[in-house]
Amino acid sequence: MSNQDKRSRKKFSIGSTIVYLFLFIASILSLFPFYWMFVMATRPSAAYNSIPPTLTPGNMLVENLNKVLNQIDFFGGMWNSFVLCSVVTIVVLFISSLAGFAFAKFKFPGKNIFFVAVLVTMIIPPQLGLIPQYFLISKAGLLDSLPGVMILFFLNPLGIFLMRQYITEAVPDELIEAAKLDGCSNFRIYWRIVLPIILPAFATLGIIVFTAVWGEFLWQFTILRDPETYTIQVALAQLSNTHNIDFGMILSGVFWATVPLLIVFLLFNRLFISSITDGSVK
Amino acid sequence: MNSISKKEPIFRRKKFRSEAKKDMISGYLYIAPFFIIFTLIGLYPALFSIYLAFQKWNGLSPMKFNGLANFQLVLSDPLFWKSVYNTIIMGIMGTAPQLIVGLILAYLLNMTFLKFKGYFRVTIFMPYLTSMVAVALIFSVLFSNHESSLANYVLTHFLGMDPIAWAASEWGTKIAISIMVFWRWVGYNTIIYLAGIQSIPNDLYEAATVDGANKFQQLLFITIPMMKPFIILTVFTSTVGSMQLFSEPTVFLGADAFTRDEAMTIVMYLYRDAFKLQSFGTASATAIILLVIITIFAVINIRLTQGFGRKKRGVKE
Repeated sequence: MSNQDKRSRKKFSIGSTIVYLFLFIASILSLFPFYWMFVMATRPSAAYNSIPPTLTPGNMLVENLNKVLNQIDFFGGMWNSFVLCSVVTIVVLFISSLAGFAFAKFKFPGKNIFFVAVLVTMIIPPQLGLIPQYFLISKAGLLDSLPGVMILFFLNPLGIFLMRQYITEAVPDELIEAAKLDGCSNFRIYWRIVLPIILPAFATLGIIVFTAVWGEFLWQFTILRDPETYTIQVALAQLSNTHNIDFGMILSGVFWATVPLLIVFLLFNRLFISSITDGSVK
Repeated sequence: MNSISKKEPIFRRKKFRSEAKKDMISGYLYIAPFFIIFTLIGLYPALFSIYLAFQKWNGLSPMKFNGLANFQLVLSDPLFWKSVYNTIIMGIMGTAPQLIVGLILAYLLNMTFLKFKGYFRVTIFMPYLTSMVAVALIFSVLFSNHESSLANYVLTHFLGMDPIAWAASEWGTKIAISIMVFWRWVGYNTIIYLAGIQSIPNDLYEAATVDGANKFQQLLFITIPMMKPFIILTVFTSTVGSMQLFSEPTVFLGADAFTRDEAMTIVMYLYRDAFKLQSFGTASATAIILLVIITIFAVINIRLTQGFGRKKRGVKE
C-alpha cells in the first residue's frame, strides 16, 4: 500500500502535469468551435468584423434564429431528417436482425457464400452507383421524396454482420431447440425469444445507423432538390450557398441543428462511445 | 408418454427432416430482404455505371456507344488530375496527423493515475457527432477570407504572419479543409485506439516490468505491436474515406464549390460532370476510375501494414 502510495505520489509530478496539460488543450480545442458557434449565434453579423474577435455571447439568439427561419424551412428540415432517420433505423434493425438470425442459427445451402457476399458489398464505394441510382429513383417517381432517399440507406451490410456476431454469442442454441419442441414457428422464435435478447445490440446498431444517416450529405443532396423535402443537412448547406453571407445566421442555424443531437449524446454518452467501438472493432 | 416411446425415433426423424426444411426456407426468407434491395439499388446501379461509362449520354437523348472516349476525355482533363492531386494532398494532411494524435490521446487517456477520464473522453469525442455539413459551416466562418476571421486574427496577431484567403487560395483551402477533417475525426480514432489499448492483457506489461523493461520500451514493444489490428483498421477506413471526400469542400466553399479548383475532389469532379454538366458518360467513367484508385490505395495499404507487422514481430523475437 505504502509502495503504491509512493508511486502515485511520484507520478503526480512533471510527467502527469504534461499529460493533464495535453489532454486539457485537446479538450479545449474540441469544445471551442462549439462555444464559438454559440457566441456567433447570439451576435449580429457585424460582430464578426471586430478586432479583437468577440468571444462572449450577445443577446441576438432569437433574432438570428428568426433570420434562419426566413431563409430556410428549419423545422421542416429537422422533421424530415428525424422521420428519415427513424424509419431507416427501424427498417435496418429489422432487416439486419432477421438476416443475422438466419446466418447465425439456420443451416441452408450456400449460407457462407451469401454471408461473404454481404461482406463484399461493404467494400463497394457508394459513389460507384450514384448516377444510375439517381436515375432509378427518378424513374420510380421518388425524386424529391423521403422514400427515395430511404431505400438506399436500407442497405446496411455492417448491421447484418454485427447482428450475426451478437446472436451467435448471446442466443443459446438450446433455447431455440426448446422453443421448437414447444412448436414455435421460426418467426415466433425470432419475435419472442431472439428480439428481447438482442435489444442491447439494437441500441448499438440503432445509434450507428441514426447518426450516420443524420449526417450523410451526398445522397440527400442529390435526391432532394425541392426545398419542401430538404432534410436539415441539405437545408443548412443552402445557408452558405450564396455570395451574400450572414455569419451570425449561418452559425445560428448550425447551432440549433446541432444542439438536440448533442443533448442526446451527453445523456447517453457511454452508449454512444461503446457503439463506435462495437461497430468498428468487432 | 411412455406408451408412444417406441414410435418416437421415427416420429422424431420425420419431424427433424421437416424441421430442417423449414429452417432452410426461413433462412432464405430472412436474408432475402437485404439481397432484394441490394440487387435493385446496389448491384444493378454498380453494373449500369460500368455500362454507362462507355456511352455518351446527357440524360435525355438516347445513349450512344462511344468506346473508351469517356475515359480518354477524363484522363486528359487537367481538372481531373487536379482533383486527384487535391484529394490525395487533403487526404494525407487530414488523416496522417489525426491517426498519430489519436494514438497519443488514447495512450494518455489510458494512464492509470488519470482523473476526469470521462470528461476528457466525452469532450474529445464530441466533434464526431457534428455532421459534416455543420463542421464545414462552422469552419467556413472560422476560416473565412476576411482579415478579421478568427483564423486570420490568430495568424496576424500571434504568429506575425499575413492573413490568408482561406476559401480562395491554393493552400489556404486545403489547410482549412484538412483541419476540419482532423477536428471531426480525431476523437473517433482515439476511441477506437483506446478500446484497442484496453484489450491488451495486463500480464504482458507485468511480465515486461519484471524483465526490467521501462515504460517507453513497453510502449514500443507491447502496446504498438498489440495495437496493430486497430491501426490497420483505422488507416484503412480513413484512407478509403479520404478518397471519397465531398461534403466538407462542397459546403465550405458554398456558391464557389463547383467553379473553383483549389479544393475540388474526385467525387466533386464526378458530381459536377453528372449534375452540373449533364455528362453522365464521363461521370460514370470517373466513378470507375475512382474505384480503381481506391482499390490501388487499399492494396498499398494492406501491403504496407503487413510489412509493418512483420518488422515489428521481427524486432520482438
